[in-house]
Amino acid sequence: MEILVLLIGISVTVASGFLISFIWAVKSGQYEDEYTPAVRMLFDDKIN
Amino acid sequence: MATLQHIEPKTNCFHCGDEVKTRSFLLDEEQFCCQGCQTVYSILSDNKLGDYYRISPNAGTKQANFQESKFDYLDDANVIASLLDFKDDSLAKITFHIPVMHCASCVWLIENLYKLNKGIVSARVNLMRKEVVVMYNHNEISLRELVILLARTGYEPAINLGNEEGEKKTVSNKKIYYQLGIAGFCFGNVMLLSLPDYFDFTGEFHASMGSFVGFVMLVLALPVLFYSDLDYLKSAYAALKNRVVNLDVPISLGIVALFGVSVYEIVSHTGAGYLDSFTGLIFFLLLGKAFQQKTFDTLSFERDYKSYFPISITLKGANNTETTIPVNNLKVGDRMLIRNSELIPADAMLLKGRALIDYSFVTGESVPVEKVYGEIIYAGGRQVGEVVELEVIKSVKQSYLTQLWNNEAFTKVKETFFTSLVNSNSKRFTTIVLSIASIAAIYWYNVQGLEMAAKVFASVLIITCPCALALSTPFTLGNAMRIFGRKKMYLKNTAVIEEMAAIDTIIFDKTGTLSDTSQSEVVWYGTEILNDYQLMLVKSVLRQSTHPLSRSIYEQLNAEISEVANFQEFAGKGLIATVDNKEVKIGSSAFVNGEKMFSSQTAVYVSIDGKVLGNFALNHSYRNGLENMIADLKGNYRLFVLSGDNNREEGALKAIFGNEVPLYFEQKPEDKLKFVADQKAKGYKVMMVGDGLNDAGALKMSSIGVSITENVASFSPACDVILEASMLGKLASFLKFSKQSVNVIKACYAISLIYNLVGITITVQGKLSPVFTAILMPLSSITIMLFTTGLVSYVAYKLFNLNKNALWKF
Repeated sequence: MEILVLLIGISVTVASGFLISFIWAVKSGQYEDEYTPAVRMLFDDKIN
Repeated sequence: MATLQHIEPKTNCFHCGDEVKTRSFLLDEEQFCCQGCQTVYSILSDNKLGDYYRISPNAGTKQANFQESKFDYLDDANVIASLLDFKDDSLAKITFHIPVMHCASCVWLIENLYKLNKGIVSARVNLMRKEVVVMYNHNEISLRELVILLARTGYEPAINLGNEEGEKKTVSNKKIYYQLGIAGFCFGNVMLLSLPDYFDFTGEFHASMGSFVGFVMLVLALPVLFYSDLDYLKSAYAALKNRVVNLDVPISLGIVALFGVSVYEIVSHTGAGYLDSFTGLIFFLLLGKAFQQKTFDTLSFERDYKSYFPISITLKGANNTETTIPVNNLKVGDRMLIRNSELIPADAMLLKGRALIDYSFVTGESVPVEKVYGEIIYAGGRQVGEVVELEVIKSVKQSYLTQLWNNEAFTKVKETFFTSLVNSNSKRFTTIVLSIASIAAIYWYNVQGLEMAAKVFASVLIITCPCALALSTPFTLGNAMRIFGRKKMYLKNTAVIEEMAAIDTIIFDKTGTLSDTSQSEVVWYGTEILNDYQLMLVKSVLRQSTHPLSRSIYEQLNAEISEVANFQEFAGKGLIATVDNKEVKIGSSAFVNGEKMFSSQTAVYVSIDGKVLGNFALNHSYRNGLENMIADLKGNYRLFVLSGDNNREEGALKAIFGNEVPLYFEQKPEDKLKFVADQKAKGYKVMMVGDGLNDAGALKMSSIGVSITENVASFSPACDVILEASMLGKLASFLKFSKQSVNVIKACYAISLIYNLVGITITVQGKLSPVFTAILMPLSSITIMLFTTGLVSYVAYKLFNLNKNALWKF
C-alpha cells in the first residue's frame, strides 16, 4: 500500500502542472478575446 | 396621393457595398458610391493592401467626409497624456475604440497599418470588444497623424469626453476563472483520493492509508476554503451584519459545517470526512456563477451625453485666430466655429452662416431644422452644411439638454424594486433548516448524547446546503440571457430578466422608437398627380439645391432632368428657378402660397407659373410588426405613448394602438422623466422603450429602460437593455420569455426541494454517510443544470423558432 504515497505524490504534481498552465493562460489574456485569434491565423503572410 | 418609386439599384460600391447612384466615381474599373470610398480604395491599392477586399467582399464602411482639422486637439500635450496607456522616449501605446470594425478584413487591414506608416510598430485588434491597441513611435508619427490615418482608411476611432476622463474598462472577471480553476483542480484530486474509501468495505484501506490520504485531502481543501469560496462567505457575513438573510447565508452554513465536520473526522480518525462534497459544492457553485457572468463587452449600458459630445472645440478669437480648446473649458461668451457634421456642445446663438441643425441625437428626428441669425441653437444638434459661428450662451453642463443629467435620477444609484426570487425566500429557508437541525439534535442528544447530536446537527446543515437552489437561478438566467442576445436583445445583466417578468406598464417613445427615422417616404398631396412634364420641372430645380429636404425628395423622384435658369435659393424659405420658360417655386407654405398656413408635417409646396399644385411631405414609416405586438401586449400590460412631437400623427398611432391607449404629445425630456416617476410612485413596474438622448431621463428613471438602436455598435443612452430596432416587433415574445424563465426557476426550486426532503429524511435518522452526500450533491446539481438548460432552450424554441443547433451553442 505504501507505494500509493509515491503515486499520489506524482499524480498531484502532474495535476498541479495543469493548474499552473491554466492560471498562466488566464493571466496572459487568452480568455479575453476568443474570436480575433481564430481569424488572425488564417491570414497569409505575403512577401511583397 | 401617389407614392413615388425608388430608382432601381444598378451596381454596388466596391468598397462599402452600398448602391451606386452616379457613375462619377470610377477607378481601376471598379465603381464607388462616393469620393470617400474611392479614396480609401486608392490608399489601399497604392500600398498593396488590396487583399482587404479579397478577405470579405465590400468590406468597407460608407465614408463620411471629415475635416482633418477636427483632430487638431490631439496635438495638445494634456489630451495626449490622458489618452495614452504608456509612453517612453520613443514608443507610445494607445487603445482605440473603433465602432465600425466588423469583419475579418477590418482586422487584417488594421493589423497591417504598419505598411502605411513606418512610425506604427504594431496594431493588435480585439474584434469582440471593437478595440485596437496600437504601438507607435511618437517621434515619427504624432497621435493626430495616427488618428487621421485611421480615419482616412475608414476606421475613425471614437474618442470622446467619456473615455478621456478615465472610463477605462477593467477586466475583473479573471478572478472567477482563477477561483474556478483552483476549485476544479482540488475537487478532482480530492475525488480521486476519496474513491478508494467508498469501496473500502473491509476497512483495510482506511486503517493503513486513512490518515495520509486525509491529510492530503485537507491540504487540497485549504485553497478552496481560503480562496475559491471567499465571495460566498463574505457576502453572507455582510448580509448578517445588515440583519438580512440572503441565499449565501445557508450556503455558507453548509460550507462551514462541511469543512468543520471533515476536519474533526480526519483529525480524530473517526471517518473520511466530506471534503469531496465540500470541494465539489464550491466547484459547481462557481461554475454557475461563471455561466451567469456573460456580458456583452462591446456594448456600453452606462453612457451619458459626454459620450456623444466632441472632446474639443475650435474657438475664434480676435483677429480671426483659431484656437482649439477642450470642450470642458468652454465659457459663456466664447465664439465657436462649428463645421459640417460637428456637434454643438452647448446652447449657443447663431452669429454667422446658415445653420441646418440635425437634432436626431436629441429627438430622433432626422430632418434638419433651419436656423437664422440670432436664433438659439440647443446643445446636441449637429450642423449640416457650411461652417457657422456661434456664441456660447450657457456652459456645457447648464445647457437645455445636459441639465437633464443634473436630475437626481442620475446621481443616485438605481434602486431595484425587486429582490430576486431566491433572496426573498432565503430567510424562510434558513429558519426551517435551522429548526429541523435543532429538533433532530435535541432528539439525538436525549437518545445518544452530545457527540451524536452535534453530528446530526451538522449533517442537516450539510445535506440542506442549497447548492441546487443556488445553481438554478444562474443557469436559467444565464442561458436565457444568451438566447436574448441571439435574438438581438442585449441585457445589462441577468437580474434584468427577473425584473422584466414583473413589469406591468410599458411606455413607448414615438420618433425613432415606433417610427423609423432613417426611412422617410416622400408622399405627394395635391388635387392631381404630377405628370411627367411637371415632375421633370420640379426635379430639375431640386437638383440645384443642397438643402437636405431637396436632396431627399430629389432622390425619390423619377423623372428626366432639364436645364435650369435664374436659380435662386432663399435660406429658410425655398427655391425659385425658370425651367423651359416656366417659373417654378418650391418651398415652405409661406414662401409658395404667400400666406402662413397651418401644416402639421414637414411640407414642401410646389407652384408652377404661380399656380399652387400641392405639396410633398416626408412621412416616417412605422416599424414592422407593431400592430401584432401591440395587440399581444394590450391585454396584459398598461400601455402609454409619450411623443416629443406634435399630434400630427395621432391618427396613424391610433390605428396601431387603438383608442384606449393614452397618447401624450409634445413631451419634453423632463416631462417624460416625470411621467415615469409618477407611474413608479403609484407602485407600477415601468418599462420605458425609447431611443434618443431626450428619453435618457425616462430610461434611467424606469424599472427597465430599453434603448432601441439601428446599429448596436453605435451609441445609445444609459439603459438596462439594448434592443436592435428590427426586433422591436418581438417585444411581446421577449416579455413572455422572461416570465417563462422565471417559471423554470420555480420548477427548479421544486426539484431541489424534493432532493432536500430525501436528504433530510435520511439525515435526521443519523444515517448520513460521506458516500451518500458525495452522490446526492453532484446528482442534484447536475439534474438542475440539465433540467434548466433543456427547459429554457425548449421554451425559446417554441417562442422564437430558434434553430435547434443554435440552442446548444453557448
